[in-house]
Amino acid sequence: MTDAPLLSVRDLRVTFPTRQGSFQAVRGVSFDLGRERLGVVGESGSGKSMTGRAILGLVRPPGQVAATSMTLEGESILNLSDRQMRKIRGGRISMVMQDPKFSLNPVMTVGQQIIEAYRLHAKAPRAAARQKALEMLQAVQIRDPERVMNAYPHEVSGGMGQRIMIAMMLAPDPRILIADEPTSALDVSVRTEVLNIMDRLVRDRGMGLIFVSHDLNLVARFCDRVLIMYAGRIVETLAAKDLHNAQHPYTRGLLSSLPRLEAPMERLPVLQRQDSWRDGETLMPHADTDLPGGL
Amino acid sequence: MLNVKNLNVWFGLVPDRVNAVKNVEFNVTAGESFGLVGESGSGKSTILRAIAGLIPTWSGDITVDGKALKTDRRDRAFFKTVQMVFQDPYASLHPRHSVDAVLAETLRLQGMDNIDSRITKLLDDVGLGKGFRFRYPHQLSGGQRQRVAIARALAAEPRLLLLDEPTSALDVSVQAEILNLLADLRGEHGLTYVMVSHDLSVVGHMCDRLAVMQHGRIVEVMSVDALRSGAGEQEYTRHLITASGGYQPA
Repeated sequence: MTDAPLLSVRDLRVTFPTRQGSFQAVRGVSFDLGRERLGVVGESGSGKSMTGRAILGLVRPPGQVAATSMTLEGESILNLSDRQMRKIRGGRISMVMQDPKFSLNPVMTVGQQIIEAYRLHAKAPRAAARQKALEMLQAVQIRDPERVMNAYPHEVSGGMGQRIMIAMMLAPDPRILIADEPTSALDVSVRTEVLNIMDRLVRDRGMGLIFVSHDLNLVARFCDRVLIMYAGRIVETLAAKDLHNAQHPYTRGLLSSLPRLEAPMERLPVLQRQDSWRDGETLMPHADTDLPGGL
Repeated sequence: MLNVKNLNVWFGLVPDRVNAVKNVEFNVTAGESFGLVGESGSGKSTILRAIAGLIPTWSGDITVDGKALKTDRRDRAFFKTVQMVFQDPYASLHPRHSVDAVLAETLRLQGMDNIDSRITKLLDDVGLGKGFRFRYPHQLSGGQRQRVAIARALAAEPRLLLLDEPTSALDVSVQAEILNLLADLRGEHGLTYVMVSHDLSVVGHMCDRLAVMQHGRIVEVMSVDALRSGAGEQEYTRHLITASGGYQPA
């Protein structure tokens, strides 16, 4: 294992022109991703999904992506042409979206879709691709892969659909997986299974995982490191196990507004937003190191 | 306030008939807040929709405020007693009706007078100022939309509110605001709540008692205190409580 980060992003900005002037959805985000589970949390509109999309080159015009640098294993991936980006997207960086119902093709069988995705990147013969697809379905713990291969997306459950998505995304053996709210459409019991699968992949393959979520408790338990985003900026970076000792008032506000089973209270504290959070000081103790372990 | 007995709800005709709710029975007394929890597909929302009259294919006895409901039609008095708030505030408001139009229409349908002053009062009740009255849904945030949806439900001055995952489409910070609002309104207006949620901590915060559902049946009815101490009688309840505690590495 090398110590160099898999992905390094410096001063990422995503801008959309509007009638009232340009709007920055992401305002100067910098982070490194190693072989780890990196959580990105924030409210809707905080720019967390947009950060993931910008890395994959999925921000459509008129949106504009700018950064000082954005490198994947040392190579710049900033503003590549569509043709170059297509090689990286799905091949070296994959993305799992929130709802499997909208990200699988409804008129193709599951097997065809996985085979197509795999052959696009691996140039393997059909039979080998089929074998690989079966293996991948087994890897995400689908009990009867032969049957599922021939099923259409509407014939499988939500949890199974999400596992199929993960299988498809992982077939070309990517270095990085960006998971955008991968479990929020799933039930708690299925959620654990899907998370276990992703966890194993990070450990066994040395993959980097960017886990975008709004669920603070889940991120605290599942991830190694957490970035907290507010209004397009990272306001705090900390190790996931320290999340409950967060210092930034925004993070603390979010945590305290959650109802807790073990600590009942009459009224929930409501987040009092402050303007200073938008541009004020951020808490990123060791953000300047290039080492993945050093925050 | 609400008695449900031998409730069965099904979809489709015989060869493909799906029994979504099977022999469900529960009682909610006036002023109580009752929770329904379970995984998706367990039939919890279906029960609410059957009570509200949105699903005609049910059998059994539903009694609201001492009056038995008919399967197909609900009279005006029913909608003056029972109102529902839906899960997705982005889908439950008409995109081309202003807040004023939404509330005015509801009030007129309920045969209310003094519509103008009532709208001001309703907006005030849900914590939206006068400035919101002539806005359209796309000019509102998710939390503000849900407040409008709650105001619309309150317009009929109901005594029983059916809440179908009222905060699951919202951020946690906004969720806290809406849950506080619902708690306040219940105190002020003496409302009875039946709340569906997949989030045990939300139900734990809002409700007094809850029913755990699985595969269309009620597995267990328990008090929130029992939920807090993790003392489910059934295996499935305990499993649900553990799973909702967060991620445990395998």
